[in-house]
Amino acid sequence: MDSSQVNNRKTRIKTFLLRYIRNYALEDDSDIFGGGLVNSLFAMQLITFLEKEFAITIENRDLKLDNFRTVNAMADLIERKS
Amino acid sequence: MGIQLSEHQKKDQAAFREFVNKEIIPHANKYDSEERLPDELLVKVARQGYSGAILPEQFGGRAMDYITYGLLNEELGRGCASVRGFMMMQNMVALTLLKWGSEEQKERWLGKIASGQIIAAFALTEPEIGSDAMHIETTFTDADNETYMVNGHKKWITLGQIADLFLVFGKRRGKLSAVLMEKDTPGLTITPLTGMLGLRASMLAELHFDNSPVTKENLVGRVGFGFVPVGITALNLGRYSIAWGCLGIGQACLDACIDHTSTRKQFGDYLKNHQLIQKMIADMTVNLKAGRLLSYHAGHMQEMGDQDAIMEIMVAKYFTSKMAFKIASDAVQIHGASGCSHDSAVQRHLRDAKIMEIIEGTSQIHQIKIADYAYREYAG
Ligand SMILES: Cc1cc2nc3c(=O)[nH]c(=O)nc-3n(C[C@H](O)[C@H](O)[C@H](O)COP(=O)(O)OP(=O)(O)OC[C@H]3O[C@@H](n4cnc5c(N)ncnc54)[C@H](O)[C@@H]3O)c2cc1C
Repeated sequence: MDSSQVNNRKTRIKTFLLRYIRNYALEDDSDIFGGGLVNSLFAMQLITFLEKEFAITIENRDLKLDNFRTVNAMADLIERKS
Repeated sequence: MGIQLSEHQKKDQAAFREFVNKEIIPHANKYDSEERLPDELLVKVARQGYSGAILPEQFGGRAMDYITYGLLNEELGRGCASVRGFMMMQNMVALTLLKWGSEEQKERWLGKIASGQIIAAFALTEPEIGSDAMHIETTFTDADNETYMVNGHKKWITLGQIADLFLVFGKRRGKLSAVLMEKDTPGLTITPLTGMLGLRASMLAELHFDNSPVTKENLVGRVGFGFVPVGITALNLGRYSIAWGCLGIGQACLDACIDHTSTRKQFGDYLKNHQLIQKMIADMTVNLKAGRLLSYHAGHMQEMGDQDAIMEIMVAKYFTSKMAFKIASDAVQIHGASGCSHDSAVQRHLRDAKIMEIIEGTSQIHQIKIADYAYREYAG
């Protein structure tokens, strides 16, 4: 996987997150669950977004907070599932 | 964007309609007064493939798209909200297992739910906790390495009186989780709840868990993921089903009013020629059309896997449940005393419509979430 593709994925994830977490200096390694930034409906929307945007299926075994905690973690998850 | 049903969807809709007209409408008031759905009816519903409406064929389902599934809810809702609720519950639990269950859970249960061999129920609400679902008090503790002990109390559980399998929500070391529990589990006591305002044939029950053992392979999803995504997957489908079911309630009431006002005369003229009656008919028609558009839109987004579908479904459910209550209330008004009689359908629809503003998230909880969505969507 070349780095421009990884960056492109991260940008798409960030664009989605920033629609919700406005005015927040979101870094690739910011913990989005740590700071109480997201509520339950948004967490569900995030799963739906990742599935559709990156044509992956999130399954039972992927349900670990560490897979979704940061932009980097989500990009890694997508990489593993693509 | 145009909204047009495909030939296939139209054919399915006609079949749903025929089933409801023949098998449900003639008996719906009896289900309501007897507070139960007969076994023969549940077998017929399952035989039509409605219990596994949205499951893939591989599990014996009908693999309906979301619009077709919406049409099914509308038609069943036009007949009887409790029958629709039965179908909805089966699909809520089935979809949740399909998406988040283990392979073993899918193999073991999905075919049985789809065929009607077993009846599934969804057990989240407790006597002390309703809207604030994150704070449920049921616990899953360790009995040993392989088994959880479930302790707690659930209330208002649809089909609780007859369900074989419960999707039970509780806390595992403080983290919200979900397990499957069979009805004959030791320590599980099921107490019927009767005399509800509406959805009277839904055979509600209270569940008490007193050291009820559940082996750990019955965990659905993972510890800490019981609400998101497990519970929300079910609730999202539930809200979508209710939105369409409310269209059915509204349509049934409007149809009844068109009929009644065309045959009943007062002051020497048919009711339909009195302008205050026309106002109510016009409002019913407009609101039904608006609700239908919201429901189609939500269904389309859900079908596309759009991340905002969950919010659009809340918008549709909020609108149509209020709409159904208002239409049913006006329908009773238009029918006068005959609309208040136990053998009229509109009084049943009115009672059922009120419930729709409470279940799967009350109107107030919907308002809070929709306002939040608005600030996200429209803030500069
Ligand atoms: C017929 C029927 C069938 C049901 N079936 C099931 C089932 O199968 N499974 C299941 O788990 N549950 C079921 N329920 C329970 C249902 O989901 C709950 O009734 C619902 O979630 C609301 O909870 P509550 O009744 O405890 O009301 P509460 O949460 O106590 O709310 C009471 C009132 O306060 C309002 N309110 C609460 N919080 C706020 C707030 N923050 N701001 C403003 N207003 C607020 C509510 O909107 C409501 O008007 C059923 C209920 C009924 C009536």
